[in-house]
Amino acid sequence: MKNIFKREPRAPLEYTKSLRLRAWILGVLIFLYTPLFILIAFSFNDSKRMIEWKGFTLKWYQKVFENDGIREALANSILIAIACTLVSVILGTLIGFVLWRFKFPMKGILESGLNLPIVVPEICMGVGVLMFFSKIHWPNDLPWPLNLAQITIAHITFAFPFVAVVVRARLENFNQELESAALDLGASQWRAFMDIIVPHMAPGIIAGALLAFTLSLDDFVITFFASGPGTVTFPIKVYSMVRFPNGGLINAASTIIIVLTIIATVIAMRLQEQPKKNT
Amino acid sequence: MAEVSDETIIKIENVTKRFGKVAAVDDVSLEIKRGEFFALLGPSGCGKTTLLRMLAGFEVPTEGKIYIDGVDVSNIPPNKRPINTVFQSYAVFPHMSVFDNVAYGLKFDNVPKTEQYSRVMAALADVKLEHLADRKPDQMSGGQRQRVALARALVKRPKVLLLDEPLSALDAKLREAMRFELTALQEKVGITFIMVTHDQDEALAMACRCAVMDRGRLMQLATPSSLYEFPSNKFVADFIGSVNLFEGKLVVDEPDHAVIESEEMGGKIYFDHGVSGASGESMWVGIRPEKIELIKRVEGGPRPVMEDAPEDCNVLKGTIKQISYLGSESIYEVVLENGRKMQVSRPNLSRWDQEDFTWDDNVWLCFHGDSPVLLQN
Repeated sequence: MKNIFKREPRAPLEYTKSLRLRAWILGVLIFLYTPLFILIAFSFNDSKRMIEWKGFTLKWYQKVFENDGIREALANSILIAIACTLVSVILGTLIGFVLWRFKFPMKGILESGLNLPIVVPEICMGVGVLMFFSKIHWPNDLPWPLNLAQITIAHITFAFPFVAVVVRARLENFNQELESAALDLGASQWRAFMDIIVPHMAPGIIAGALLAFTLSLDDFVITFFASGPGTVTFPIKVYSMVRFPNGGLINAASTIIIVLTIIATVIAMRLQEQPKKNT
Repeated sequence: MAEVSDETIIKIENVTKRFGKVAAVDDVSLEIKRGEFFALLGPSGCGKTTLLRMLAGFEVPTEGKIYIDGVDVSNIPPNKRPINTVFQSYAVFPHMSVFDNVAYGLKFDNVPKTEQYSRVMAALADVKLEHLADRKPDQMSGGQRQRVALARALVKRPKVLLLDEPLSALDAKLREAMRFELTALQEKVGITFIMVTHDQDEALAMACRCAVMDRGRLMQLATPSSLYEFPSNKFVADFIGSVNLFEGKLVVDEPDHAVIESEEMGGKIYFDHGVSGASGESMWVGIRPEKIELIKRVEGGPRPVMEDAPEDCNVLKGTIKQISYLGSESIYEVVLENGRKMQVSRPNLSRWDQEDFTWDDNVWLCFHGDSPVLLQN
């Protein structure tokens, strides 16, 4: 095996060849991933107690799927995430396009306003959402799935700016002559938009959608404030379960969520990779 | 040569385009003939691209009218004009195959599917790309993508094809080949081509007629050779090719000859034809570097005399200070007695010609009576 710590002559900017830097990166990676690794490892632990390793098992995964509470929470979470994604994609794409295409008064304010939900602490957003819903007397006793509307609306408010930012960034390197060419060849404005601009935005839209989906799926703080009695999402369910000993159940449930999130993120990153620039 | 008829296909009538207070195009009128290869030539910012965009329909004239084939199109949107454009970036749709790119515009002309196929393949054959119909643009070179853009525009059988800086993105060798190919293509399809370029070589090499623009105004409209040999003003003389420019006073003004005395040059310039101007009037004269002859000068030797000019005219003393050897020709920078610099070029007809003159050689500079051009300021 090639020794990664082997010294080779290096140019000033070839930092990856520096031994100290390699050690540092290794340290960072260990620091970042040890908790996750332990969490996942103990989801396979055949023991009631979290702290000792008793052998490999998949029983916690089985129990996750047998637990009605977890199943309901998971279903709620996924339903909310899907609804949030759909609305966020439409809103975010429209705003991203408008900000890229047009100049209008107060555009700067709209742009920075759009970034607020991204930078404002979640706890503040959560409190704001709670106050808003109680102020307008949003009914708390709607039947399923309408009782999820509050959480969905709250999720949309922080998720759609992410879509807008991604779509906008994607449009930044759009060659405007492509649209002119479509018009020149006889397309109407609408056809040019659908035939040329939308395909260009597509990777951004999909990446934004996956972002919105994962953000909604694992949001805890805002959801906690926005959820009425009896509406439980997966992260809230996990939190409520931590307080009682139940072996590797939470670990297994969390691992499932981690895997889902990783898959979505990987797809999002793949789609965001800019194809070879050609104009 | 393609059939150039006398029929006007495009008429630009007193067109002005203002962006805010700046007039990008300032009262331009010109007519373009059917079947012509026309060039709009000028430095960047001269308004040529704005004029092209108005022809295509992407800008609307502030004043004036544009007629295509007798129809006023000034307010018709680009998708309704019988005109197509090859954009500077080629603007080939990256998510479509070559075939789909070329077929795109036919969808809007209600062309039946079967005819679409044959027309697309014919257009691709015209630009020699029929074997790449299934390719995606990102697997093609710049030159090939330009051909796609050409085919995509020509397949619509427009009345006029606009080309925006068609050769600027190609490398030098390909550019030269494309000049011939574009001219040949234009002759083959017989469509009026209008090209915008800042490159004078390109315009001279390809166009039947060129319109030279500067700061929004039309400076001269003529054939390439007239532009070069008979520029009507200082700007055109200076922009097209190189030129030695001198200010002088008209001292002799006869119907069949004229003399201008130039302090700047330190001598008299004899014209073997009459000029229009008042005696004593200050004028500009241009002389092209290749129209000046270099003769070795020895101290105390006789002063050469041009056979078609009086003996005190069209002969100057100088010393070679700089030489740029370009292979086919050499360009000499000669300093005159009064310190003024002059450019002289000399073809290297034999393999040893570049050795005739070297640095610090004393020379005579001579030119014929038909070489200098009188220029408006």
